[in-house]
Amino acid sequence: MQYMLLIYSEESDTPPPPEAQQEVLQAYFAYNEALKKAGAYVAGDALEATSTATTVRVRSSEALVTDGPFAETTEALGGYYLIDVENIDEAVAWAKKCPGSHHGTVEVRPVMVIPGDA
Amino acid sequence: MPDRDLDQAISRVFRAEHGTVVARLVAALGDFDRAEEALQDAFMQALQTWPQTGIPDRPGAWLTTVARNRGLDGLRRAKVFADKSASIRATAEALGDDRLRIDDTEEALDRAVMERALPDERLRLIFTCCHPALSNDARVALTLRMLGGLTTPEIARAFLVQEATMAQRLVRAKKKIHRANIPFRIPPADVLPERIDSVCAVVYLIFNEGYAVTDGEAWLRAELCEEGLRLGELLTRLLPASAEVRGLYALMLLHDARRRARVDEAGELVTLERQDRSLWDPSKTAKGIDQLTKALEMSSLGPYQLQAAISAEHATAPSWAATRWDRVLELYDRLLECVPSPMVALNRCVPLTMTGHHEAARGELARLEPVLRSHYKLAVVRAWLHAELGETGEARDAYARAIAGCTNAAERRHLERELRRRCED
Repeated sequence: MQYMLLIYSEESDTPPPPEAQQEVLQAYFAYNEALKKAGAYVAGDALEATSTATTVRVRSSEALVTDGPFAETTEALGGYYLIDVENIDEAVAWAKKCPGSHHGTVEVRPVMVIPGDA
Repeated sequence: MPDRDLDQAISRVFRAEHGTVVARLVAALGDFDRAEEALQDAFMQALQTWPQTGIPDRPGAWLTTVARNRGLDGLRRAKVFADKSASIRATAEALGDDRLRIDDTEEALDRAVMERALPDERLRLIFTCCHPALSNDARVALTLRMLGGLTTPEIARAFLVQEATMAQRLVRAKKKIHRANIPFRIPPADVLPERIDSVCAVVYLIFNEGYAVTDGEAWLRAELCEEGLRLGELLTRLLPASAEVRGLYALMLLHDARRRARVDEAGELVTLERQDRSLWDPSKTAKGIDQLTKALEMSSLGPYQLQAAISAEHATAPSWAATRWDRVLELYDRLLECVPSPMVALNRCVPLTMTGHHEAARGELARLEPVLRSHYKLAVVRAWLHAELGETGEARDAYARAIAGCTNAAERRHLERELRRRCED
């Protein structure tokens, strides 16, 4: 069964010092490796900051395109993993290991199974 | 047997067998809703058949068989049988095998043995109902519904919420179990202790909801206490190697032993200090102490055992004054190390005072003031302390604050009586 791990964290205007950045990067690399080794990895990416976001909404065939994220929150979506594991316990165990849950918050969401979709 | 007696006998059987049968059905049918539906069908059939045939010797087995057949029919009709049974097989395999790994620690091995030795489906059901991915409210409601066999309206009344709200809460919880794929199993050894904590918390919450003096319906309150005790007893049987589970059961027994003395003839609250100790149930106390002793022998101390030990000190004391307060204080010190909560620190002020550490108690209350802000319980303990030390003026002020902050009508009346009794002689 597939689960999406949505990583939310605070965005700061000033980037952290290079050593700290390097450390976080290393942690994610190790995490990627662990997921792949366990056969749980499906996909995963980091996202650019919400200041680069564009929001699109179409109403009555009118497209409204605006600068900025869908919602202004203190903790913003900064990346995700799509994993394939047996059940919620395993998904939560992976979320606990995710560097994102240590510096921010990870939301675990089951991917909807559409009946008849193999 | 007259009709009415038979009806009562049948409903007693339903209640007693509910948890076991549901657990077996969830295991067989792989789905909470289907299991409940099938059981309802079986109950209906029993209501029609049993008045003619009498109650079968093993009513649980009868109900399980009928319900399972009904449920399986339903599954076949839904044409999802093939992949359901595959997923059930997978779950069974996951549970049966791959469990008993030879680990290097003896403790881990013990746990693995314990797990393997307990294939009881009820245990799996408890762990699923108390899964940390569910909200606390949902855990309590599901446990009462699935294991206790309480109806949705009964649970709603017990928790003073609308029936529709409770129904929705249950539907949402069951949907989450299904959609998020919360496994129906005994958790693996590495997370077992924290998952046992979660189960204990739910059981204690159920018991406490019944024990707390609120204005709810009295019989429902008693029902919740009974349910908490029943679940506690079940857990000690299913998880015999867990000291804290036994500690929790002991704690509930020791509290429950005092139940009859907690309310006077007028239905008003009576606190421990003024309870008629001859009304305490000695057999429950003895049972609680026996369970506590067994728990302590396991040398794995925890907050439930410590609270039970405090309760046991009170249970065996001849009076409030003749309580071994130095021992109670010692236990509170240990408890505070285990659970550094301001509420525990607040309650510790009582044995502090009773052992003559008046200044320490005052200091503690002052320290807790900013932490607990204006929580009325702080004023309750402060009022008691001042009254105890003969500082009537301060006591009166504190009682007034406590009464103003207390939202529970029964407890407020109690505080008003205390104010009159202790400050207006």
